[in-house]
Amino acid sequence: MSDFDVELSPIVLVDLSLLTMLLLVAITIVRLRHLFAVVMLLGVYSLLSASFFVSLDAVDVAFTEAAVGAGVSTVLMLGAMLLTARREKPGNPRRAPVAMAAVLAAGAALVYATIDMPAFGDRQAPANAHVGQAYVERTPDEIAVPNIVTAVLASYRGFDTLGETMVIFTAGVAVILLLGAGSSRGGRRVSDREGPR
Amino acid sequence: MSRIVIKVATKILFAPIILYALYVQFHGDYGPGGGFQAGVTFAVAFILHAFCYGLEETRKVLPQRALFVLMMLGVLFFAGTGVATMLLGGNLLGYDVIVPESTHHAGQHYGILLVEFGVGLTVSSTMLTIFYSFTGREPDIDQEDW
Repeated sequence: MSDFDVELSPIVLVDLSLLTMLLLVAITIVRLRHLFAVVMLLGVYSLLSASFFVSLDAVDVAFTEAAVGAGVSTVLMLGAMLLTARREKPGNPRRAPVAMAAVLAAGAALVYATIDMPAFGDRQAPANAHVGQAYVERTPDEIAVPNIVTAVLASYRGFDTLGETMVIFTAGVAVILLLGAGSSRGGRRVSDREGPR
Repeated sequence: MSRIVIKVATKILFAPIILYALYVQFHGDYGPGGGFQAGVTFAVAFILHAFCYGLEETRKVLPQRALFVLMMLGVLFFAGTGVATMLLGGNLLGYDVIVPESTHHAGQHYGILLVEFGVGLTVSSTMLTIFYSFTGREPDIDQEDW
């Protein structure tokens, strides 16, 4: 397709190097068995993908990825890691070919799906043509907020965001019910009698 | 082992992180960000505090009991804004009825600010609750175990 004649502009080079680093980090994560290193590399992976989102002009998504993916979830994974072993158990080598075949099949299906995807920034793409275009056109008149993402999130789809807030609240309540019930009364430290150590 | 560098760095960074969280919270309709990102950033300031001074000290600053209340308040703030717009005669979360005579949709601005504030409250207190419950379960591990 002639649409894909890309020059090696600086942005493309930045994209390529970010994607290469993402791939390298992912391969390293798969090969490592030391969970502390894996958690740290997952944080690196999130930060790299946040940079990639910035290069795709999705700053709101990038911000969320950097704050949640690289920040809080790394901390929560570290906290969870403290409750379990420091090293991953070696897998069953006899199952490796099956897993490899499944991963290759899923990867091939994903690559095949990208052939049908519209080019990046295509105005005729379904995501940009109907609802997206309507939001871009109507936000200045109806909401009068400079950031269209916020207008969609908090106003046009406010009910949706209310649902998301409820989901987060439910997650917090579930964690309290499962783990932290004792500590709510005066901050007493809860620990397992027979820990997995 | 005195962790003087970490303690000083945390003391310097704590207030700017919270200030940045507030900026992201209340500037969300002009730039990137909003309640979700601001809530997480706010929680990160206290997580940093816990890393440096220990979880017990952070629990004294921001007790779990307060987090319970903040968590519920956030959701109530959001849902309450929706109910308020309904009581004012509009749709659920149809913010224009907050300032009906405005020509530049001031009601939308107020509504978005209120709703994002609810999101920020719930997200930050939930993140801290999850952090408290996960890290409060086991005593600190030895340096050698890493």
